[in-house]
Amino acid sequence: MGKRVGMEVSIAAAEVVGLCDVDVIAAYPITPQTHIVEHLSELVADGHLDAEFIPVESEHSAMSTCVGSAAAGARTFTSTSSQGYALMAEICYIASSMRLPIVMAVANRALSAPINIWNDHADMMMARDTGWIQTVAENGQEVVDLILHAFRVAEDHRVLLPVMVNLDGFTLSHMIEPIILPDKEEVDRYLPPYKPKLRLDPQNPMTFGPVGMPEVYTEAKKAQDEAVKESKAVIVEAWQEFEKQFGRSYKPVETYKAEDAETLLLTMGSISETAMTAVDKMRADGQKVGLAHLRLWRPFPAEELVDAVKGAKALAVVDRALSLSGGCGPVCVEVKSTLFDRGLSPYVQNFLAGLGGRDVTVEDFETMVAKVGDGLAKGLPMGYEIVNARE
Amino acid sequence: MAKETGIVSWKELELGCTLTEPGSAAQLKTGDWRSMRPVTNFELCNKCGQCYIFCPDMVYSKNEEGYYEADYYYCKGCGICARECPKDAIQMVEEGD
Repeated sequence: MGKRVGMEVSIAAAEVVGLCDVDVIAAYPITPQTHIVEHLSELVADGHLDAEFIPVESEHSAMSTCVGSAAAGARTFTSTSSQGYALMAEICYIASSMRLPIVMAVANRALSAPINIWNDHADMMMARDTGWIQTVAENGQEVVDLILHAFRVAEDHRVLLPVMVNLDGFTLSHMIEPIILPDKEEVDRYLPPYKPKLRLDPQNPMTFGPVGMPEVYTEAKKAQDEAVKESKAVIVEAWQEFEKQFGRSYKPVETYKAEDAETLLLTMGSISETAMTAVDKMRADGQKVGLAHLRLWRPFPAEELVDAVKGAKALAVVDRALSLSGGCGPVCVEVKSTLFDRGLSPYVQNFLAGLGGRDVTVEDFETMVAKVGDGLAKGLPMGYEIVNARE
Repeated sequence: MAKETGIVSWKELELGCTLTEPGSAAQLKTGDWRSMRPVTNFELCNKCGQCYIFCPDMVYSKNEEGYYEADYYYCKGCGICARECPKDAIQMVEEGD
């Protein structure tokens, strides 16, 4: 096993992409993703990584290049953030619909306007319905582990879907953390060479991405939906194999002190570690509080979520992106839908927090728990609030 | 039948709707929504082949006598052949007539 060294998370992300023997990287720089692709371009330029680094003129071109590269049978990586994702979104739908196993790291950042380069989850929520698998890291080590996991899942012939690894912009991307990079032999043992099921080949011509008339479009989407749903078993299997080999455990829905909790916080991303500190503090005060945090956002792990929250009387669900004027934020929509489908009706309050880089503190989590406790006791209407918006 | 109409179960679609057989569109019956069809008067036809050249699909092919015959399997009734025929040998006729 590799040594634990202090390293910027973006550099570690690039290093593990290199260890995965990626063939093609097509990318355009955007804050806060820049260091990932900068370091990859250095690895290629300095001869440490035998890959094509294609500097393109926009994110739309970046993903278009990735589509061509993956269709030709090359292991393909890119990375983006925020407005960059918005520009490549059109092609992201095409990548997933064509079942191309591209891996993309998204250093999550708020969307303009107002212009904001800081962290929230608006970009990954824009990707919610694209048919990409989405995993979420909470610290630097998880970024490394999830990128390695992403290539294995994406390229598995039972999956063949693109995977987006989400890491909070700046909060993770620009931190220097203690990170264990796997040895090359360990990576090779975990990640077999990519063998495309279908690929563009002049010797065996095929048409990728043909027109789908009304007679076939519905069936195409049904097949795609099934593929995304079915991918969950492979995602979990690949995490189990990862734990056997590397000793670090990953689950679709992680929990912390949740077993006997009456009130659960539900989070996603790096704020989950702050939430753990808040849970420790409230537990020390004798409150039965726990945490469920989503590791897998797409496919949505409904069964695992129910297992994690079924004992709780009240949930404080945190969203870091808005669905303006909707019933609640996107995470809470999924939570409520999952519970309603199964006849479960805990008290659920949705907190829109950490928007555009606003800190979410231990005290904020304590306030959320107090509010759901109060709401449950008084029978206050459920809904959402935008946390700490100054009047 | 599935090939002719393109109507298949979602389970039979190739990965990502990829077409793995080159030229397979030739099997699709694309001439099923025509309202007018071209009819050639071979008395006027001089075998110039303009209908064959201008047809945007693959309706026309040369027979043993050198005349160009229409295969309505592909014909959408666009009328380009009739418009381009220098001898006015092709007339568009209402379907059902």
